[in-house]
Amino acid sequence: MFDFLQGYDVPGAFWTTVQLTLWSAAGSLLWGTVLAAMRVSPVPVMRGFGTWYVNVVRNIPLTVIIVFTSLGLFQTLGVSLGADTFTVINFRLAVLGLTAYTAAFVCEALRSGINTVPLGQVEAARALGLGFTQVLGLVVLPQAFRSVVGPLANVLIALTKNTTVAAAIGVPEAALLMREMIENEAQLILISAVFAAGFIVLTLPTGLFLGWVGKKVAVRR
Amino acid sequence: MSSVLYDTPGPRARRRNTLYTAGFLLVLAAGAWWVFTGLAGKGQLEWSKWAPFLTDSRVWTTFLLPGLENTLIAAALALVIALPLGAVLGIARLSEHRWVRGTAGTVVEFFRAIPVLILMLFANAAYAAFFDISPDSRPLYAVVTGLVLYNASVLAEVVRAGILALPRGQSDAARAIGMRKGQTMRYVLLPQSVTAMLPAIVSQMVVIVKDTALGGAMLGFSELLASVRPMSANYGANTIAGFTVVAVIFIVLNFALTSFAARLESRLRRGRRSAGAVVAADAVEELATPGEHVGHRPEPPGRS
Repeated sequence: MFDFLQGYDVPGAFWTTVQLTLWSAAGSLLWGTVLAAMRVSPVPVMRGFGTWYVNVVRNIPLTVIIVFTSLGLFQTLGVSLGADTFTVINFRLAVLGLTAYTAAFVCEALRSGINTVPLGQVEAARALGLGFTQVLGLVVLPQAFRSVVGPLANVLIALTKNTTVAAAIGVPEAALLMREMIENEAQLILISAVFAAGFIVLTLPTGLFLGWVGKKVAVRR
Repeated sequence: MSSVLYDTPGPRARRRNTLYTAGFLLVLAAGAWWVFTGLAGKGQLEWSKWAPFLTDSRVWTTFLLPGLENTLIAAALALVIALPLGAVLGIARLSEHRWVRGTAGTVVEFFRAIPVLILMLFANAAYAAFFDISPDSRPLYAVVTGLVLYNASVLAEVVRAGILALPRGQSDAARAIGMRKGQTMRYVLLPQSVTAMLPAIVSQMVVIVKDTALGGAMLGFSELLASVRPMSANYGANTIAGFTVVAVIFIVLNFALTSFAARLESRLRRGRRSAGAVVAADAVEELATPGEHVGHRPEPPGRS
């Protein structure tokens, strides 16, 4: 029944999906935190830049960003991110696009987390004489992170699903393999079931696990 | 200029902030310079590549406007079909019968866990194999089907959250005057929750508009993004200019929707016409977690 799977590297494609997810998750967590810090910082120019970035990037379709990294950045401007084979270049470009896009959502999640930290905590920190960086780094962000595990899990799940967009620039991940298999094999329903199951296996446990973690680490108030 | 996170700056802090501002502007300028020289080096800043968008109306009438039209048609169709479907699923999830609740729950969780692109690819192949739809209109059908399947399940959660956010007294009162379950839902709960859900629905529209671009990249649906390639072929490889214009159109469109949703939300929160329940515009992303049953989320303590 499943002999149509022969000749196709389905686990390999999903492994690429996982790798895309992990690299982009790490990148967007970093860049998103920086953006969130900018958006609450005392320097107006940084606040303005943070707001501008989030509003612009959130409203561009991810597909446009990903296709742009390939057609615009690579083919027109010659940005290859230090790689020389097409597969590696496209993979890195996809990670770049996914990071740039997802960071906006990480930033928004973190900002809502910053808003849940009680006023008294911040006032106490300021009363102790801590500067902005210390208030943010020692008091606010640690609590904010603990309260946004849930929303960040949503962002991670959305990112996992969004990695399929990398198929648009030929990164050999799950969606691209699915399209190829649909074209070549007659087993449409079974092929789709396999890929649907793959994504359910990736996303459902992530949601359940991080939901559980979120409840565990949430600051009790 | 002050926030709870930092004190009102004194002379030293002001000097430091000026320094940071200068440094940050320098970094931005360096980035802009890098982009600028990069673009200029590849001849992408030549006037001839950007002029068509201002001087040649055919760019708009042949490529951009038809693309935008297809984007909007697909998005509107998807919303119009997904809304009633989502309402049915959302209400079914609140049913008292376990099998109805369970079935609706499984359907919703299933379609939320799968990427829209996978749904679109499946729909496209299924229409080709089992239905008699002309190849020209198949991409539109596939895009709308994928969007409907995914967004109906997200909207189901929005509907559920909207109904759950109503005060319990509403259904108690309906029961007290002898309404049956269906009547309570139709005459008391749904009308109030529809207003409460409006901001979330409008902001879901942004997600739908953005996802139509998938059809352009993967299924040959001639929407806005898909117009970049033929434009760049016809107007001297002006890829960067084409992308810029397309991105700006998307940003303007979606930003308008986002701010409309935010305005609607603040208006509904101020107004006293509903029972005070509002499903926030940005609730959609949080509702869209597969596997986790998010019901009524308490508001985080506000900060002035």
